[in-house]
Amino acid sequence: MTDTLLFEHIDEPGLNTIDVYMARGGYTQLPIALKMKREDLITELTGSGLRGRGGAGFPMGRKASFIPKGDMQKYVVCNADESEPGTFKDRELIQKNPHQLIEGLIIAAFAIDATINYIYIRGEYDQQADILDAAIAEARERGMLGENIFGSGFDVQLELARGAGAYICGEETGLLDSLEGKRGNPRLKPPFPANEGLFNGPTLINNVETLSAIPSIIKLGAEGYAAIGVKDSAGTKLVSISGNVQRPGNYEVALGTSSRELIYGLAGGPPDGRKVKCWFPGGSSTVVLTADDLDVGYDYDSLEAAGSALGSGAIIVVDETQSVVELAYKLAKFYSHESCGKCTPCREGTRWTFHMVERIKEGTATPMDLDIMAAVQDQIIGHCLCVLGDAMAMPIGSLIAKFRDEFEAEIETNRNAREAQLAAQFSAAEGITV
Amino acid sequence: MADVKRFTHDSRIPGWDRAADLDKEPAVVPDAATTEVPAELRAAIEDAVRRFPVGDSAFIPVLYAVQEQYGWCSPEGIIQAAAVLGRTPAALTAVATFYDMFEMEPLGRKTVYVCTNISCSLCGADELLEALEGEFGEDPDVNVRGFECLGACDIAPMASVNGAYVGPIALNEVPELARQIREGEDPLPAKQMIRRPCADPKVAEK
Repeated sequence: MTDTLLFEHIDEPGLNTIDVYMARGGYTQLPIALKMKREDLITELTGSGLRGRGGAGFPMGRKASFIPKGDMQKYVVCNADESEPGTFKDRELIQKNPHQLIEGLIIAAFAIDATINYIYIRGEYDQQADILDAAIAEARERGMLGENIFGSGFDVQLELARGAGAYICGEETGLLDSLEGKRGNPRLKPPFPANEGLFNGPTLINNVETLSAIPSIIKLGAEGYAAIGVKDSAGTKLVSISGNVQRPGNYEVALGTSSRELIYGLAGGPPDGRKVKCWFPGGSSTVVLTADDLDVGYDYDSLEAAGSALGSGAIIVVDETQSVVELAYKLAKFYSHESCGKCTPCREGTRWTFHMVERIKEGTATPMDLDIMAAVQDQIIGHCLCVLGDAMAMPIGSLIAKFRDEFEAEIETNRNAREAQLAAQFSAAEGITV
Repeated sequence: MADVKRFTHDSRIPGWDRAADLDKEPAVVPDAATTEVPAELRAAIEDAVRRFPVGDSAFIPVLYAVQEQYGWCSPEGIIQAAAVLGRTPAALTAVATFYDMFEMEPLGRKTVYVCTNISCSLCGADELLEALEGEFGEDPDVNVRGFECLGACDIAPMASVNGAYVGPIALNEVPELARQIREGEDPLPAKQMIRRPCADPKVAEK
């Protein structure tokens, strides 16, 4: 089947070991790539139309072409700090097929002539990190890593670094700071990591899924890979579907598949015949879409046209029984906890949004607060070094815009409940009935 | 100690509500010759420096080594690590306080992280956290806490027990899970993510 590339053989027992991976055709694309000229390899990657699978969707080959040539130390850093709420695709790839990632990473390293490379995995993925560590050791033993691999004259090293629990370290410059042993605060861009990244050297940063797709691109050729999917959204995508669905999990689909097919066809839709209230198309940081948007094609451009984004490819489905206020509360709480504190609009904006949603829950908010909240979101977007603040402002802003009546109803209900409670307390204390 | 009134919500820095000790001498780089460092800790730090030789890039693995040794990033452990690295204790503490997985207070060595983010809370994570907190109460050996998205929304509601992902956990399974955690057994083996097949039907067809 053409649309199963990353998940081919994924459940095969022992695929995480180098022997089974090689028996299934693994590490056959690496020597082919090593025989290519570096420029041709980058042209091939650009021609495949592969776009970054981590969230921003930037064309992978173009990013590689920005790396300057010369004798300076260059790096490839694999971003395995998968912490976008709702996303769990990289976890499955690392746990079950780590060698595919390592092969893709070595090819990318060769393309930009990076001899020292890192995989930065989030600290919570303890079991996955152990599996990956073992896989790297195996690859080293078999000569996939080390000096002069396959007689190409290319020396390559790979080291696994573990994070320690910080969402912001999934942001590429935050990740670089963390890898350098600092607090994971994002940096001012430009200079972009392609020019000045890890230890001030040119650095190519790519997501696990992006790098894992590279062996398939070499195998199918740029045109073969670009033929899968739709215009400007080439290839297959792992979609993590979770929330109120009957069959949550990772599904590999050709880009451009309808969202309804993903949510209802593959994941079974909400249980007990409940209806979809809203859904996040690309992790919790994207603008929420409603049941009316279910027929949008699942690809970069269609989702952008619908006002949202493909993000990390994580669909979170929220059914009609859920409260939007509770949803906004969870979002605001998460982002205010994870804001690194470097930029004021994000640090204060996430914090005050959280306080305001809390006021709705306590029954001390007024409908006017919704306008203030919406204004706060507008003040955050585009005003910070990284997009963590935007990542809260976009879903919360869209929730308020699309479900304002529900917010107002909940404000009213909670206010009345609180006033009744206060009246009861007052009359009990004073010994009078109101 | 003076009571510092501040907003209490989710401050990232543990101990922010404690008054600063203005009379305390600034800590300098501890003397490597006189600071006693346990042999295992020294070996772990030296291994980290070997793998991450540039600048301070060994800090995170070093802090993991300190936490492994003492159960938390204790001041004693930080000073020992600083002595081996030739840096001030403050340089290490500044990094440790940024990350959720480094404990700045002595807590139970057995960690139970319950994901309370969106996907899990849509499936009942708050109730699960409450039930697990109820089971362990003030148990000094177990550190139960609500955690941000752990990247396992397919098994929501879930918990990470000493790094092993378990889910979906039904409320009636909580007492059994709690017993297994207390007695150091494998937590709900049938429900561990490591044994879960891929959801994509195309994979099963092959």
